[in-house]
Amino acid sequence: MAVAEREDINPPYLHPDYAITIKRAPSKRVVEIPRGWFHTSPGPVWGRIPVQPGDNNLTNKHPGRPIGQTITLSGRVLDSDGRPVPHTLIEIWQTNASGAYLDPADPQFMSLDPNFTGAGRTVTDSEGRYHFRTIKPAAYPGEIGGLFRPAHIHTSLFGPLLGSRLVTQCYFDGDPLLDRDPILNAIPDRRGIERLIARFNSPNTEVGGVDSALAYDWDIVLRGPAATPMED
Amino acid sequence: MAEIQSPSQTSGPLFGFALMFEGSNEAVPAGSAGAVRIDGAVIDGDGIPVYWPECFLEFWAGDQFARTRTDEDGNFTVVVRKPDAEAMPDGSVQAPHLNVAVFARGLLKQALTRVYFPDEAAANDADPVLELVPEEDRHLLVARDEGEALRFDIHLQGENETPFFAF
Repeated sequence: MAVAEREDINPPYLHPDYAITIKRAPSKRVVEIPRGWFHTSPGPVWGRIPVQPGDNNLTNKHPGRPIGQTITLSGRVLDSDGRPVPHTLIEIWQTNASGAYLDPADPQFMSLDPNFTGAGRTVTDSEGRYHFRTIKPAAYPGEIGGLFRPAHIHTSLFGPLLGSRLVTQCYFDGDPLLDRDPILNAIPDRRGIERLIARFNSPNTEVGGVDSALAYDWDIVLRGPAATPMED
Repeated sequence: MAEIQSPSQTSGPLFGFALMFEGSNEAVPAGSAGAVRIDGAVIDGDGIPVYWPECFLEFWAGDQFARTRTDEDGNFTVVVRKPDAEAMPDGSVQAPHLNVAVFARGLLKQALTRVYFPDEAAANDADPVLELVPEEDRHLLVARDEGEALRFDIHLQGENETPFFAF
């Protein structure tokens, strides 16, 4: 029985340019779960995670208008077989327009915005579509010498399967820091890097006005159940 | 037509304000019938705990889901219920276990493992996934009974590196 190779576009655990991986990357041989199980076993049941209608709008959670450029981030969640992934949870977190996270662990090099938290959730619709309204995050320097992260939105998805759980980051087209970011460039395949870059959508950008948003499109592709063993 | 997957990226260390929620580390309420506490640490290749804020973990099986994170000492706590044994399509039976996914600054993708239960020695011996793990490492996937709680330490590297599953 021949088995189609799983196309693995994930970064390896060890990527020395991202130095913290050196002491954290699992280094023994990983154990392969039989692929029939890996690709069909159910994933985490996320129903305890609180998500409300409106949690996908990060711009209206405080009395005042957040500082920065309002954007929409929208697209479809698909699996790698091309099928939409309906009714799945998406969680996002990000900096404000100055590059600070509200998180208490943030080093606070940059200023907080009293009108912006930077955390959101939503559930995909029956066709796998999602939509967030937020502020464009900013690039920020790290505490570690040399690291200067491009603007990004952290993103977490479950999908239906053990193999579809994904924590990743969304980047923005045209950011000059993309080519030198050691975390993004740990991805071994250019096509994978391109997958994580949101594209400006001119037709969907709202007519100019005080609440208008720049539209960005970003489709997310989770590992699907196909990759089934094939009989010779 | 196969679509290119969206690759994984690190969670970074600044996820807490967004991902943690009330009761997130209790898959079942503490003190409820069958509730078991699992304590553990996440430890790097130098033997140093992966302290707050840099790591979160998810424990899940069946209808149970818990999300926890390491504290200032690198320790985490979850409350779960021991799941039932699980029959597989090929007729084999998996011993009671929970899936465990580790996310951290410095992990470019999740480190996926499992926690088994120390009072299930016979079922563990027959477990078809534990059989895939080198025999000398299997005990690393079985929590230790410490009386009030089970103990399950996760070593990302080193002599006692936790067996991880390809992800």
